[in-house]
Amino acid sequence: MRLPCPICGERDRREFYYQGHATLLDRPAADADAGAWDDYVHNRDNPAGETRDLWHHEAGCGAWIVVTRNTVTHEVLGAVLAEKAKS
Amino acid sequence: MGYSGFKVIKEGLFGQKGWKPVWRNPDPKPEYDVIIIGGGGHGLSTAYYLAKEYGITNVAVLEKGYLGGGNVGRNTTIVRANYGLPGNSEFYSHSLKLWEGMEQDLNYNTMMSQRGVLNLFHSDGQRDAFARRGNTMRNQGDDAELLTPEQVRVEAPMIDFDNVRFPIYGGLMHRRGGTARHDAVAWGYARGADQRGVDLIQNCEVTGIDIEGGVVRGVQTSRGAIRAKKVAIVVAGRSSQVAGMAGMRLPIESHVLQAFVSEGLKPIMPGVISFGMGHFYISQSDKGGLVFGGDLDFYASYAARGNLPMKEHVMDAAMTLMPSIGKARVLRSWGGIMDMSSDGSPIIDKTQTEGLFLNCGWCYGGFKAVPGSGFSYAHLIAKGEHHAPAARFRLDRFRTGTGLMDEEGTGSQHNLH
Amino acid sequence: MRVAGKGLNPNGAPVSFTFDGTSYTGREGDTLSAALLANGVRLMGRSFKYHRPRGVLTAGSEEPNALVTVGQGARQDPNIRATTQTLYDGLAARSQNAWPSLKYDAMAVNDLASPFLTAGFYYKTFMWPKAFWEKLYEPIIRHAAGLGALSGDAVEETYEKAFAFCDVLVIGAGPAGIMAALTAAQSGADVILVDEDTQMGGRLLAETAEIDGQSGPDWVAAQLGALAKMDNVRLMTRTTVTGAYDQGTFGALEQVSEQNAPLNTPRECFWRITAKRSILCAGALERPIAFPNNDRPGIMLASAVRAYLNRWGVAAGSAVTVFANNDDAHRTALDLIGAGVTVAAVIDSREDAQSLGDYPLFSGAQVIATKGRLGLKSITVQDARGTHEIETDCLAISGGWNPSVHLTCHMNGRPTWSDDILSFVPTDNSIPDMTVAGAARGNFSTLGCLEDGISVAKATVTSLDLKSPQIATPAAEDDPYSIQALWQVDGTGRKWLDFQNDVHVKDVKLAAQENFRSVEHMKRYTTQGMATDQGKNSNVVALAVLADATGRGIPETGTTTFRPPYVPVSIAAMGAGSQGHGFAPERHLTSHNASVDRNAPMVEVGLWYRASYFPKPSETTWLEACNREVNVVRNHVGVCDVSTLGKIDIQGADAAEFLDFVYCNTFSSLKENRVRYGLMLREDGHVMDDGTTARLGLNHYVMTTTTAAAGQIMKHLDWVRQALRPDLDVRFASVTEQWAQFAVAGPKSRELLNSILDEQIDNESWPFMACGDVGVAGVQGRLFRISFSGEHAYEIAVPARYGASLFGLLTTQAEAMEGGLYGLEALNVLRIEKGFITHAEIHGRVTAFDIGFDRMVSQKKDCIGNTMSRRGGLLDAEREQMIGLKPVENEHKLTAGAHLFVEGADAVSENDQGYVTSVCHSPTLGHDIGMGFLKDGPNRYGERVMLVDHVRNNHVLCEVCHPVFFDPEGGLARG
Repeated sequence: MRLPCPICGERDRREFYYQGHATLLDRPAADADAGAWDDYVHNRDNPAGETRDLWHHEAGCGAWIVVTRNTVTHEVLGAVLAEKAKS
Repeated sequence: MGYSGFKVIKEGLFGQKGWKPVWRNPDPKPEYDVIIIGGGGHGLSTAYYLAKEYGITNVAVLEKGYLGGGNVGRNTTIVRANYGLPGNSEFYSHSLKLWEGMEQDLNYNTMMSQRGVLNLFHSDGQRDAFARRGNTMRNQGDDAELLTPEQVRVEAPMIDFDNVRFPIYGGLMHRRGGTARHDAVAWGYARGADQRGVDLIQNCEVTGIDIEGGVVRGVQTSRGAIRAKKVAIVVAGRSSQVAGMAGMRLPIESHVLQAFVSEGLKPIMPGVISFGMGHFYISQSDKGGLVFGGDLDFYASYAARGNLPMKEHVMDAAMTLMPSIGKARVLRSWGGIMDMSSDGSPIIDKTQTEGLFLNCGWCYGGFKAVPGSGFSYAHLIAKGEHHAPAARFRLDRFRTGTGLMDEEGTGSQHNLH
Repeated sequence: MRVAGKGLNPNGAPVSFTFDGTSYTGREGDTLSAALLANGVRLMGRSFKYHRPRGVLTAGSEEPNALVTVGQGARQDPNIRATTQTLYDGLAARSQNAWPSLKYDAMAVNDLASPFLTAGFYYKTFMWPKAFWEKLYEPIIRHAAGLGALSGDAVEETYEKAFAFCDVLVIGAGPAGIMAALTAAQSGADVILVDEDTQMGGRLLAETAEIDGQSGPDWVAAQLGALAKMDNVRLMTRTTVTGAYDQGTFGALEQVSEQNAPLNTPRECFWRITAKRSILCAGALERPIAFPNNDRPGIMLASAVRAYLNRWGVAAGSAVTVFANNDDAHRTALDLIGAGVTVAAVIDSREDAQSLGDYPLFSGAQVIATKGRLGLKSITVQDARGTHEIETDCLAISGGWNPSVHLTCHMNGRPTWSDDILSFVPTDNSIPDMTVAGAARGNFSTLGCLEDGISVAKATVTSLDLKSPQIATPAAEDDPYSIQALWQVDGTGRKWLDFQNDVHVKDVKLAAQENFRSVEHMKRYTTQGMATDQGKNSNVVALAVLADATGRGIPETGTTTFRPPYVPVSIAAMGAGSQGHGFAPERHLTSHNASVDRNAPMVEVGLWYRASYFPKPSETTWLEACNREVNVVRNHVGVCDVSTLGKIDIQGADAAEFLDFVYCNTFSSLKENRVRYGLMLREDGHVMDDGTTARLGLNHYVMTTTTAAAGQIMKHLDWVRQALRPDLDVRFASVTEQWAQFAVAGPKSRELLNSILDEQIDNESWPFMACGDVGVAGVQGRLFRISFSGEHAYEIAVPARYGASLFGLLTTQAEAMEGGLYGLEALNVLRIEKGFITHAEIHGRVTAFDIGFDRMVSQKKDCIGNTMSRRGGLLDAEREQMIGLKPVENEHKLTAGAHLFVEGADAVSENDQGYVTSVCHSPTLGHDIGMGFLKDGPNRYGERVMLVDHVRNNHVLCEVCHPVFFDPEGGLARG
């Protein structure tokens, strides 16, 4: 698998660390209710199809990126820097 | 029809003409007492124990593909009860006991072979952590021995003890652990359930769950609507999709776990051996193939096929631990879809919908759980209350923080367990 | 038998080799199977289950029968296909899975019992008595398991891995592949052409067809010459693409050398090839027909018979018969006759078959029986006129051709059934950016392959925005493919499908009878297609038999999935470089060599190596050394390299706010030139890591992490800054390897430092938890007054290039004042005496509450993990919380990993109260001490609990106490 780092260009999957769904960008307020935090930390849509997830270009530029890709076909549709992304 | 050596000889003499279908191909009835969604190992064992232990036989198992076509047919066949935390400990202990009587219970040879599971450790800290785990096992009444490096050398002479990046400090031996013939487990439970009147319906995909006023009424399928008093979801690998039909969002992310088998070789591997400094575990089948695996591919996927970097990592670990298998050739590799839960432990629970039950989140440990999961799930479905060995597998533990079972200590990130 | 003047290398030098100890002579360029056939050897192996005598079936990597072992000792290679083993002088091959000999194999008794050993019989028996499975039945089964044997020795030879990149990867160098490569190369694309064979050319090397008036091999040589001259083309022979993966990545196995190569020459290289586009020209494989006893040595595929004849100059028999359902029958007969080999008969199942030459033809006929246990002697043919027994020592069979669709299935693609060729063809777009050309998509004429290679490559380069070149199609045969379905022949006797696994037609029918009707069930129940050829020879026929048995068509019956690898790949190749110490990088401290010189055992700590202890000549155990080192620190001064701790330099106007967000306690209030202990949580409210962070300036901090978590924390900080707090002006960099850092601990620590610092320090200028820049022997360094031992202590850091010399200087000075070095063991004792936690305690499941630090989680601010740490379940008094332990009897030993029980309670799960995480012998206190977790622990100090360590057989009555054993007021560190 190869991923398009917005800074470095297309790179092998080996250079990246995977964290999980892009829902982690939407951190609830500290006083949000237990359900909101449970959803943030644990619960996932977990789609069989297109998804957006978080990767860290650990062995590259160090950028956290949001990759849009398909979990069934592994087609990669694009990537943006997490710094600039809104989930 | 009972199976026996006598019967095998008789059929051998008379041209095998007497063997009957191992299960029927029934058409779905309009209504059942219980519908089990998913004809994998856990679904089939649930159906079997519902019928056998709880006398509930008006049951349908709905399978979208073929029976046993999910993870029960694509794993490394390891059976063990060597968990370290309350909840898992008593559950897998119970499951192992069911394994030990499975063949006689099912009248089907699932080739459960207790040749031992040996976890290696490579530092003082790992030794202490394994000692703690071993003591949990012993507290539970299961077997565990802490082996010295010299004892490991006797048990597993193919390991490289001399020129190794991470030396062997010893191992935790679990002699009642071992392997079983994975497909046979599915077939044995299927046959047992079918014999007790359960309808096993293949090529029948559930497309919707009918709920009225918070009570489950049945399911929509590719073969029409079927009504049911109770509906039990047990579809590891597709849990989020099926639970989604009932409006649920689960603490689960789906990941690929690969497994590998080599060409047939004369036996060199006594039991199951696992490496402690990189995910790698290996055994040898009764046909002679080395069966081994490693870690997840690490990114959410439903593709049921593995990627190259993890294959290489598994081979890397094999080469540092036991370079004597370097000349074995990998014949085939495959990938299963794991329900990775947020603490790495499973869920067997009721849901907010009355009559709808959930069994999921087995991560990469589902195979050894097949009997225990089916038994405990059947109990929950039949009695409406948790079966004691699985009482901690509750869905609300994530929200409340009570009773989390994070064996790896890696936290809520799904793919790190 | 060798045919004079035939083959690609008719004048090749003689090569001597042995098979099962018998010496033979082959010819340079031979494969082992060609050389054995040339010597009249037909029996080459035994099947897996029934130990049936078997000869070679194919001439390629898909060979199921002729598997041998080559080499001795650590160089022993099991399961080598005789069909791909290149012959070399001195090659010693042995047969497998036969005892006492290939000819007289005792296990062939299984074949007599075969009526009882049908598909799945073992699921129905061996269940009684229960204990007999492990003790009797399974050992017998395992005794018979496997084909070849591993030597048991570690691999000695060299294996390699490599990466390659290209615009266009062409897989297979037959007519389609060569034209595709030429076309793509002339467009200017970077091209890699790979082929699994020792020579490129595919079937053109094995057939007599001409191209542009040249022989196939001559035409191939000319084209390869042209390709070799182009610097945008890379030709890779003996390289098999093993798998197709995402985004144009492929695995490929190159066989670099034979078993006789020097040990430092790679045997194999595993390639990772990344290609923008790929063209699959993998050709097709011929399939057998299922007829009674179709497995005798001497029965082989017609394509293999032609390959042995045309490529290696070997006649596979002296009186050859041919049985086919397509035109291959006649092509084979003509080639043989042309070489002067007797063709005893051609049996064509098609009623309308016409003879094309001077050979006896049986049209509308079938082979219904064969004779010859160790080698074919005769066949029985049935046609409209009756039955005919024909003497023959080689039967060439062809049931048609299967396109090599395998790679197109590696990403879950399903091939499509074609009624035209009675086989599966690739489904379009099964692999992104891959197209298929030639026989691999059912285009079986030579001209068709050439044309297809050109047109597919043109479309490929156009998609890369390259100009499509003008290429003329060479002239070649364009015979139509004529085939009539014939899967199995009626008649008595077993009709073999999967030769290696001994699956025959009745097994498949039995599976159907028992309702294993799904093709996956049939495969798994019968083991059909699970042998080393992965069903390449047998799957399609078996599928047809299953379809027939279940009354369905073949497309409806479906097919099993082809999974990687295409050919088996050695673990050594895919894991090349990882043997021994190659598995993980080694990180060495600047004090490494000096520590080794002092005979310190170096132990693995993550990737690092750290000194365990520094033994004196008089000391015989590690514990003696450890106790001495602890005493040195407590009484004098000790020096320890602590550079493995993660160090992260953090700067920016919002650095303080950032730290407040990642730590659960507060750092914005920390004064400049001061250090504070910090606790970091995961977002799920559990402890992630701890360490000290120093404020070197208003907007400048240096964070330390534990050794184990350094990488994880760096990633986490990156995550928080980029994804959660991009609003903050802060940047950071890992400087772990830029600084060498040494702990200097003990009552004389300041005295020691003052002997090497450019400016003297005292308690006023450097109070406890002070930090700042210092000059060390003229070098600018940093000094932190922190203590992980409870002693008056410092950590001094210099740029790593000065680390070795500072370590030497500190050692000399320390030893001059009765001090010395201390290692990891003493470090651990010192910290346990002081009750400091490590990852033994913060193992990922504990909370700040559990370790008594819940008040550190600030109520005034949001921070990572703050909210989730307040979940009820994480603050429950019944949780196991950190405590200290000491034995009631001083001489009793504590062991980590033990569990804790109320005194007198049974040591069973229901009574489990907690567990022990760290223990040591405290030379300071004169007895063992430990740390652990106990339910409601902090409220149970003074209570007695039983420590039970089943696996070490240790039971010790302990007293629960506060985890700080030494200097609980902390006066020493401040003094």
